[in-house]
Amino acid sequence: MTTTQPEYKWVGTRPVRHDGLDKVTGRARYGADLALPGMLVGVVVRSPHPHANIVSIDTSRAELIDGVKAIVVGADFPVIGHDDSADAGEGVVDYRDLSRNVIARDKVLYEGHPVAAIAATSSTAARMAAEAIEIQYETLPYVLTVDEAMAENAPILHDDLITKGVSTSMGETNIASRELHEGGDLDAGFAQADVVVEREFTTKAVHQGYIEPHAVVADTGEDGRSVVWCSSQGHFLVRTQTAKVLGWEPSQIKVIPAEIGGGFGGKTTIYLEPLAVMLSAKAGRPVKLVMSRDEVFRASGPTSATRIRVKIGADKDGKITAAQAWLAYTAGAFKGSPVGPGCDCILTPYVIENFLIEGYDVVTNTAKVTAYRAPGAPMAAFASETVLDEIADELGIDPIDLRLRNAVKEGARAVYGPKFRRVGFIETLEAIKDHPHYKTPLGPNQGRGIASGFWFNGGLESSATVNINEDGTAVVVTGSPDIGGSRAAMAQMAAEELGIDVYRIRPVVADTESVGFTDVTGGSRVTFATGMAVVEACRKVVGLLSERAAKVWGVDQSEVEWVDGQAQHVLGAHSPLTIEEIADGAADTGGPVTASAAVNARGVGMAFSTQLCDVEVDTETGAVKILRYTTAQDAGRAIHPSYVEGQMQGGVAQGIGWALNEEYIYNNDGVMENPGFLDYRIPVASDLPMIDTVIVEVPNPNHPYGVRGVGEVGIVPPMAAVANAISDATGKRITDLPMSPTRIVKALMDNED
Amino acid sequence: MKYAAPVTVEEAQHLLASDEEAQVFAGATDLIPQIRAGRKQPPLTVDLKRIPRLVNMRVEGNTWVIGAAVSAAQLSSNPDLAVDFPGMTEAAALIGSDQIQSRATLGGNLCNASPAADTVPAMIVNGAVGVIATSEGTRMVPVSDIAIGPGSTCLAPGEFLLELLVERPPLRTADAYLRFIPRTEMDIAVVGAAARVTLAEDGVVESSRIAIGAVAPTVLRVDEAEAALAGRVIDDDLLDEIATAASERGSPITDKRGTADFRRHVVGVLTKRVVAAAAQRAGGSQ
Repeated sequence: MTTTQPEYKWVGTRPVRHDGLDKVTGRARYGADLALPGMLVGVVVRSPHPHANIVSIDTSRAELIDGVKAIVVGADFPVIGHDDSADAGEGVVDYRDLSRNVIARDKVLYEGHPVAAIAATSSTAARMAAEAIEIQYETLPYVLTVDEAMAENAPILHDDLITKGVSTSMGETNIASRELHEGGDLDAGFAQADVVVEREFTTKAVHQGYIEPHAVVADTGEDGRSVVWCSSQGHFLVRTQTAKVLGWEPSQIKVIPAEIGGGFGGKTTIYLEPLAVMLSAKAGRPVKLVMSRDEVFRASGPTSATRIRVKIGADKDGKITAAQAWLAYTAGAFKGSPVGPGCDCILTPYVIENFLIEGYDVVTNTAKVTAYRAPGAPMAAFASETVLDEIADELGIDPIDLRLRNAVKEGARAVYGPKFRRVGFIETLEAIKDHPHYKTPLGPNQGRGIASGFWFNGGLESSATVNINEDGTAVVVTGSPDIGGSRAAMAQMAAEELGIDVYRIRPVVADTESVGFTDVTGGSRVTFATGMAVVEACRKVVGLLSERAAKVWGVDQSEVEWVDGQAQHVLGAHSPLTIEEIADGAADTGGPVTASAAVNARGVGMAFSTQLCDVEVDTETGAVKILRYTTAQDAGRAIHPSYVEGQMQGGVAQGIGWALNEEYIYNNDGVMENPGFLDYRIPVASDLPMIDTVIVEVPNPNHPYGVRGVGEVGIVPPMAAVANAISDATGKRITDLPMSPTRIVKALMDNED
Repeated sequence: MKYAAPVTVEEAQHLLASDEEAQVFAGATDLIPQIRAGRKQPPLTVDLKRIPRLVNMRVEGNTWVIGAAVSAAQLSSNPDLAVDFPGMTEAAALIGSDQIQSRATLGGNLCNASPAADTVPAMIVNGAVGVIATSEGTRMVPVSDIAIGPGSTCLAPGEFLLELLVERPPLRTADAYLRFIPRTEMDIAVVGAAARVTLAEDGVVESSRIAIGAVAPTVLRVDEAEAALAGRVIDDDLLDEIATAASERGSPITDKRGTADFRRHVVGVLTKRVVAAAAQRAGGSQ
């Protein structure tokens, strides 16, 4: 249902991405691909315990091993205070916590927590040194779940943790903060309800599952400056955070972005970079650190495990009269779970007068959680959208109609505060309702589920520079790592503005010293915010090109129009001057044509998605087959529809994995048991049908091309959509993720009793 | 770590005799991950794929002779083998990805001695026998006796598997293999079940063999189900009966891949399905 946009030549088309050939042939350089002369390789020594005091670390034996050039431990890094914190684009960062996550000082807080790092001339020497480092631990009792961490007399991770958002002190606690949204009169609301459904849900920690492990090369010079190559979602963030952990000025570090092999939010923080910089400083040689898949699972990502209770009341017409939610999210070893956005998103698609939403951010002896695609929202929606489905069932109302009856639109107030501007939620519901998929008949043991989701999307800071080459082509320079095809989208918007062929534009992602500050590629913000900077820079360039033409013609600039990549005189008094001609003669008209722009983007277009899922359940083995899946999402305007579809499908694929099989499994020692893709089961291609996409386009009036972010909201509805479909097929409501065969067989067998 | 690739059985034996900790391998699809994970550090690895006898398959008289290092891809693309042993062929074709298929071998799958090995139940129901190279020559051991526990075999130091012998099936006989994994591919069996059924002319079961995997330290035969099938016509009640027998036969564990209860239940489900599939094939429709 992509609406054609005849007024645009490039926006809305599907050019081959500019970075595509290199990625297909293997020429693109990712994080681990760089090798420098004299480079050392490193390993990180990690805690085998989920919770322990470090009694002593003795590196003397390890230092004697042939080939070992540097060893660092926590004491080599400066002590950073809690008060030093900043918004990193995907939540507030506490640099004290970040520094202690990068390397432990006095205490290890999760299995996999770095304790030391070694640089050596060979990986064999580095591994031998790792075994030769003698670390004495005093093990402590540990907590892995919100239940364990919130229990009375629970083992405490941080004795200085104070719960934010409560009026009275909680004493020693693992609860880092309490969130609260309250409105109307809850009791009165539930009293008006004809049906009330209350359910409790649990979800497990899941990993972003990017294919490329974290990797870095750092080269620290005698001048106290370091050059860092790494794959990340934001090299300016890497610069800032690495500098903070080292106690350096950000300008002492130059970060050069590698291509990125997936991030999904998980590369919006740092792990290895300060270790590599410090090792390189000690050794006087470049140092490369690359995580194994095992390390990626144990010590990076994941997102929170949760327990969520939702109670919703509705009258017999399906109007929601009251809603209550209680959410507790694991943060991992340091505060900062996405329970805040979970609370903000859980009921946001609906107009609800009477509500109470409270959330708890809970520290646990597990890897510190990191942003994962719409952080906090998918688990919340799993709970609320499942309860809504049950209400629709009980009332005998079509689940789409139930949602339409309560859906937010322009002017409605979200439960977390702000008023909606123009949004396309209703349009996504209607798109699914009108889709042929919704009307196809189902066979035995088959079921159908729908669910919706909301995500804010982000704005934040972006910079862009547009340089016109002497041949009339253009280079578009940004600081946004390209994860989902953003180079192509930038080039398309630039092509539209400059009036030249999209392939005459070279979109480039530049290092921290070659383009202005730019926030992370996250929050679905790049096509929106960096796109705004690109458009603005292009408009300045068009102004310059018109000025040059006016100079050549000896006319006032007001007599020049820029049309299809050439300057035209409004009255036709001069033959048009093409961009090539102006570029070629630029030396005579004022020098190179170049312009930059920077934005702190306002006017973010919020995103909604509605999804429809058919499943077939093997009632004997509990295997769930996804038969058909359709997702409708408001993209504002799709600059490159293929990449919008790719984002929509990617979110659904990850959501289906989260729904059916993905989970962190710990053994009785608090050690992760499945740190690999064999037993951490993300879907393989044959697990999924072709995911059908419907791009809904309700333009964002605050973006020059109407863009809304599209990267994240697609992962919000799938778990509820799958759960609702399983319920339709089996009559069983599964409230715990993952809905694995084991769990489904158990639910069905309980049924027989 | 040293690597050697002998071209004769004798050369391989000589190498193995030189170092007790030497490790033979064929496709190395199990060995390399074990080395990478630090679980094994053999000082000498001996690649058996250059020995012609180990990479050939042929029919001699009424017996299939399959080299221990024949790849799964080679096996599952052999049309004659698929006619004789559709179940064993499909078991081999289930292992790993296309890339793994081109390396992984029947002999390796057996000698890695995983209780979840896909081809082992299928080999056992077909009565396969392993030919083992020993210092004195060779010895023959039924496949069912080769793995004696997770990761351990009856092979003495210096011995290695040369080939597998499988007699061609009699008339009205067919095998089948099913496994349960939470995904559609690229996974390890949570439970596996193989069956071979021989029907009499009147359609009753003349004889059968059933083997189940991943529910005990080694692959198990389900004698009780085999006895129940003998002389009877397969119907739903009979299938339920053998499902129960299979569920009761194993002693599964709970681990990251599934609970004991789930394994016990699903091995019954797979057993009745695999017996039905084998019987249907034996009856003439494949």
